[in-house]
Amino acid sequence: MSNAALAIKSSPPVPLLELRSISKEFPGVKALDDVSFAVFPGEVHMLLGENGAGKSSLMKVLCGAYRADAGEFYYQGEQVAINSTADARKLGIAVIFQEFSLVPHLDIAQNIFLGREPRGRIPGTIDRRKILADARRVLGTIGFEIDPSTIVNKLGVAQQQMVEIAKAISQNARILVMDEPTAALSDRETELLFALIARLKADGVAIVYISHRMAEVFALGDRITVLRDGRRIDGVRPADVTPDQLVRMMVGRNVDMTYPRNFADKPGELLLEVKGLSSITGISDINIEVRRGEIVGLCGLVGSGRSEVARAIFGADPASSGEIVFDGKSMSGEPDLAARRGIALIPESRKSEGLALLRSVSDNLVVSALRKLFPNGLFDQGSAQRTSDGLIRQLRIATPSARQTVGLLSGGNQQKVVIGKWLAAGSKLFIFDEPTRGIDIGAKSEIFALIDRLVAEGAAALMISSEQVEICHVCDRAYVMREGRIAGHLTRSELTEENIVRLGMHHA
Amino acid sequence: MSDITKDAIAPPRSFLSQDAMQAFYRLLAALLICAVLAVLSDSFLSLGNILNVLRQASLTFFIASGLTLVVLTAGLDLSVGANVALSACIAGTVIHKTGSPALGVLTGLACGGIVGLLNGVMVTALRIPSFIATYGMLWVLNGLTYWYMAGETLHGFPAGFRQIGSGYLFGLPIPVYLLLVFLGIGTLFAQRTIWGQEIYAIGANPVAARLSGIPVARRLLLVYAVSGTMAGLASIIFLSRLNSAEADIGESLTLPAIAAVLIGGTSLFGGVGTVFGTFIGALILTLVLNGMNLLSVSANWQPLVTGIIVILAVWLDMKTRRRAQ
Repeated sequence: MSNAALAIKSSPPVPLLELRSISKEFPGVKALDDVSFAVFPGEVHMLLGENGAGKSSLMKVLCGAYRADAGEFYYQGEQVAINSTADARKLGIAVIFQEFSLVPHLDIAQNIFLGREPRGRIPGTIDRRKILADARRVLGTIGFEIDPSTIVNKLGVAQQQMVEIAKAISQNARILVMDEPTAALSDRETELLFALIARLKADGVAIVYISHRMAEVFALGDRITVLRDGRRIDGVRPADVTPDQLVRMMVGRNVDMTYPRNFADKPGELLLEVKGLSSITGISDINIEVRRGEIVGLCGLVGSGRSEVARAIFGADPASSGEIVFDGKSMSGEPDLAARRGIALIPESRKSEGLALLRSVSDNLVVSALRKLFPNGLFDQGSAQRTSDGLIRQLRIATPSARQTVGLLSGGNQQKVVIGKWLAAGSKLFIFDEPTRGIDIGAKSEIFALIDRLVAEGAAALMISSEQVEICHVCDRAYVMREGRIAGHLTRSELTEENIVRLGMHHA
Repeated sequence: MSDITKDAIAPPRSFLSQDAMQAFYRLLAALLICAVLAVLSDSFLSLGNILNVLRQASLTFFIASGLTLVVLTAGLDLSVGANVALSACIAGTVIHKTGSPALGVLTGLACGGIVGLLNGVMVTALRIPSFIATYGMLWVLNGLTYWYMAGETLHGFPAGFRQIGSGYLFGLPIPVYLLLVFLGIGTLFAQRTIWGQEIYAIGANPVAARLSGIPVARRLLLVYAVSGTMAGLASIIFLSRLNSAEADIGESLTLPAIAAVLIGGTSLFGGVGTVFGTFIGALILTLVLNGMNLLSVSANWQPLVTGIIVILAVWLDMKTRRRAQ
């Protein structure tokens, strides 16, 4: 070996891609704050963080979908710009999103070479023989044996993912970003994917891997970067940390928010009992109990099935098996039945699912209580408005009048209107799905004070939130979900962010 | 910025509701057209002509009023005209066979109502978009009517029955009384019942309506059944007025009814509009066509003028509403 070669070998390796002090801000939120990050050829770099920690934003900056507000990019030590997805592609960066970008009605070969098809002799045609041969060659390099003329919508999720990877490889991708690639794979398929990742590593491809599964982090990762609240918390090697330490890094300890909550001495009578509930939306064998006077948390990662449980209880999605017992009586039907029995759903997306934005505050406030307010079926605008005025005062909804179009109110006040319509209906169980999303701090504590008052008066609440701080502060106890199932139950004394994250993540 | 200051800058709403303002503008437009026609034509203001306009408008209104409820839910019923034809032919046959006008009226209403209910089932249970479901129904009904009539014309009904469409009471045509009755019922139903409120809520946001506990499917069934029944009612008036029934009488009815709904200010996107607006829409449409007849403008121009009025009315609506937002 020559001296020059030796010199190169002993000098510190140059990262394939390096990001320095990247920041990205959206109105009201700093998605990325001074994040630095480097990937080396032939390594798997794990990216860890809670929902909203900045993983997706970082990924989008990497692939050029977002333009960073500040920061620098270096490719093999040279400064470059990533201002568009085309820039990223030229640098060999490819992203495998959870939602694939394949065209379902085209075959594998057409998908791999979409927009770059080899031309046939007649203008406007595709050289069919060449495209199939090229596709076969690319599929061969990743060890995926399949007929390239298979239509993509005939493939399973794992096979589609292989096609996505083949497509990236065919574009000479040197940096492959994978967003929870095993989320929808079986154990066997996961093994195949890991084998492929090992193969790509050996070829010198750098892999950025986003995962919520602890086992994968330790099995695959060469290095780990933890993000929290848009900031890089630490970069570690798997051998130097324990899963518990990682969880603590993700959760952080800088929590000083307090919410008003008067915990009852002992819980009231059983109000909701969910027994073995399953639904085609992906939840299975859900068992939940809620008593009067309680706020029960429902936690877990986004996509773990929390909202689906809420919708199934409310009748918005049909149950495939199991039983819902409410107030001592078995219940199965559409949302109108659940609403009549006294269940309220405050959905996650209040604009699209909670409100008729073009109608007035009053119209929205009474819509669930029409039968209660007007038992003879005759509607009276004046009476509806008086009821609304009462609710506006009670909830301190900031609006010039009950006739104001609800779409013109701020997020916090819109949320109060959604809650108000169920107060008017006299509901007994309030299911909140992310009740504080997009609401400023002041309105947040008002909404928690309101929930506290509701349960003190004998109602009950089931609260979904990605803000674990909130769950820990206001809930009597909580269920934690993972992949459509209840992964565990935490009592008041066990209710800590670490326990929530630990239960919500994969250890197996 | 706190929530309170953010909302304080939003302008308060005027004392009249949006819907009331829109209806008011339309009434003004109708009066303006009347004034212009009164100046241009000597015969416009004659009692005979005015009653004629009202009677014509009533025929369009019966179909359009039921249709208004459908459009308020962000749906469409394209089968109303074909429904009128089938209902008229069946009602006519029943009167001929039994000699009982009452039985004929009931059959016509029932036939219309059942067709509407079937539309509702397609839209709710089968989840077919209303545009397509009722468009398919249009062809099915046409097919049934042509097969049933086999080119025949039903003609000659009892004098008592003919009174419904062509009779007078205290100097006013009977259809005009029916118009006032159904205008009242329709307005009360839409504005003053909880079902009406629920229909507006469904049109404004069907997902939110369902998640607010409104039985959306049952309300939609009701709305399509009402639209069908109103087509059944229109079929009776037609039968009685024309004193005959043929398979093709419905073909020129659907599009003017939709025009009346749109000119009347009901939004195809749902949740906005009134039955009273539709009445004014039917009136404006009839006035303009009547005026063109009086001024000896060729009937060939009528579709063109109708189209322009529809586009103009909807455009003005969007403009004023956007400003109000």
